[in-house]
Amino acid sequence: MGLLRELYYIFLGFFQGLGACFLFLFRILRCTPAALLRWRIIWQQIYSVGAMSLVLIMVSGFFVGMVMGLQGYNTLSKFAATSALGTLVALSLLRELGPVVTALLFAGRAGTALTSEIGLMRATEQIAGMEMMAVDPVRRVVVPRFLAGAVSVPLLTMIFSAVGILGGFVVGVSFMGVDSGAFWSQMRVNVDLWDDVIGGLIKSVVFGGACSLLAVYEGYYSHPTAEGVSRATTRTVVNSALAVLVLDYLLTAFMIHGV
Amino acid sequence: MASEELKSDNAVEITGLRYRVGGKMIFDRMNISIARGKVTAIMGPSGTGKTTLLRIMTGQVLGDRGRVLVEGKNVARLTADELYDLRRQMGFLFQNGALFTDSSVSENVAFPLREHTRLPESLIRHIVLMKLQAVGLRGAAQLMPTELSGGMARRVALARAIAMDPKIIFYDEPFAGLDPISMGVIVRLIRRLNDSLGLTSIIVSHDVEEVSAVSDHSYLISDGKVVAYGTPQELEHNKSAWVRQFMKGLADGPVPFHYPAPDYATQLLGEEHR
Amino acid sequence: MRQTRSIEISTGLFIILGFCALLFLAFETTNIQAYGDTGGYDVIATFTNVGGLKVRAPVTMAGVSVGRVTGIRLDPQTFNAVVTMRIASKYDQIPDDSAAAILTSGLLGEQYVGLSPGASETFLKNGAKIQQTQSAIILENLIGQFLFNKASSGGSK
Repeated sequence: MGLLRELYYIFLGFFQGLGACFLFLFRILRCTPAALLRWRIIWQQIYSVGAMSLVLIMVSGFFVGMVMGLQGYNTLSKFAATSALGTLVALSLLRELGPVVTALLFAGRAGTALTSEIGLMRATEQIAGMEMMAVDPVRRVVVPRFLAGAVSVPLLTMIFSAVGILGGFVVGVSFMGVDSGAFWSQMRVNVDLWDDVIGGLIKSVVFGGACSLLAVYEGYYSHPTAEGVSRATTRTVVNSALAVLVLDYLLTAFMIHGV
Repeated sequence: MASEELKSDNAVEITGLRYRVGGKMIFDRMNISIARGKVTAIMGPSGTGKTTLLRIMTGQVLGDRGRVLVEGKNVARLTADELYDLRRQMGFLFQNGALFTDSSVSENVAFPLREHTRLPESLIRHIVLMKLQAVGLRGAAQLMPTELSGGMARRVALARAIAMDPKIIFYDEPFAGLDPISMGVIVRLIRRLNDSLGLTSIIVSHDVEEVSAVSDHSYLISDGKVVAYGTPQELEHNKSAWVRQFMKGLADGPVPFHYPAPDYATQLLGEEHR
Repeated sequence: MRQTRSIEISTGLFIILGFCALLFLAFETTNIQAYGDTGGYDVIATFTNVGGLKVRAPVTMAGVSVGRVTGIRLDPQTFNAVVTMRIASKYDQIPDDSAAAILTSGLLGEQYVGLSPGASETFLKNGAKIQQTQSAIILENLIGQFLFNKASSGGSK
């Protein structure tokens, strides 16, 4: 009985959170046209949200690509199909690993920073201060950060996948001796622009929007105490990871069956 | 309904304000009028809702009942845009300054100007320096808020609050936690800005001495009601025992030293026998 | 102010880098040329079975890509598959008695159409039909056949 009750409240809390998140999204979208006029603020946020994550994304992408090259070579060599290594590396990166891993890294690196920054602004009354200066903090603080995140994630994803393919190339061709021509030509025959590259791009746009929304939402509604901000930061990472994985399944199912 | 005008000599007029949080009555039919162009203090013991009162006046919090008129506008009935319009005529000094920690002193002061005006950069610079000069911190323009002392941070916040030339300025505990010198500086600033800019100043504080030095009128509030009102001199010679206790800072009086508790001896004995 | 400037420049570089990565992925790793060439001419071929052939699969000649499959449909009368191919206009001298076969790249790879040249003096034109075709080899059928042969040879022993 107690367990059922608890589950019921967890369920209720989930839908409440989801609803609140969407209302916040509408509020953000309403303020977006006004915020776009101040593009310099968004531009500067892209720096701290996106450009600052660049090194992390590139290093991670390179190593993920190298691992793919090693694992792929190992498996494919059993079927004497190592020429398909390029296809394997590119498809895994473009379709799944690029968008998902980038979004998870982004949530950990930039999402938490967004949450704690906005949360601390609330805790130190900077948000209230803005309201008292007749400046809507959603327009001035939240929207630029949300947009910067939503723009940065797709860009980072593309960089991640590109660097990853190079990583796979380095391991497969330079270390393992796969033929360089086969690596690229097999890839080019089997990788489709729409299904794979654009499909991955669409995924990353959705993930970027979801991770950024969760980050600014948790920050804006965090409890204005040190503990409240730290909890909000944790929630950002956990919820972003869950959201990305669930959305990834839904999008993949839709792309495979819907198109 | 929207054009409820009030008597022209009052900047703020509160009638019959009621506000409760949880089961606790914070304000019970409170009436306050604040004269235009004067420095008015609202004093009372900690926890009486002085800051809440400021938030109600500025529309950050809504009262349950009663009418709050600020510059002739009924705060509770304004739309979000109208409220923002009204707030452009207000300056608000937060207790901790609430400066933006990621931008410099001059950027902080320039913030409302950049948000609300399309002035050219050179003019904004002039205004910022002028406002900083008014609080004596022109030399600190390039510092970051973390490099400032508490008193300096509050002065920068004051410069930012007056950047848009408001009509009313609210001070939330402007003297709390300052050394005597900084306190003296703030007292002088409040008076000088009020007189030179023709502001209406509203101070919430419990520092009797400083408030007496700066205010024209003071309200004493306690338990959700106005206990006394008058000039600092009038309050000092007030006959009421409660007012005397508060103004003189006596430990015991109508407000007891002890928080309500069961008898000490019985409690000690009771715990021993548990 | 100087700091703001360098931040803004870095942001610009970051965004350009992101778009370069997108362009790299689009042009260097995919079959994008399948979308680009609208020029060329269409030829059709009928097969009894196309197997796993897909639209946009390459059409090759001697291993060189000369075009793409643009459409696959079923002829309702003959129940054969009709495959439409677009051949690039620079390959306009393919003999009209050439043969088309559905081949597989590697054991488990993608399927594509391979053209082998004939000896005719006239060339394929727009709308022409390739007469000689060889359908896809279906692995299941092959295995079935193999087992059947094995069984019958075993029985005769």
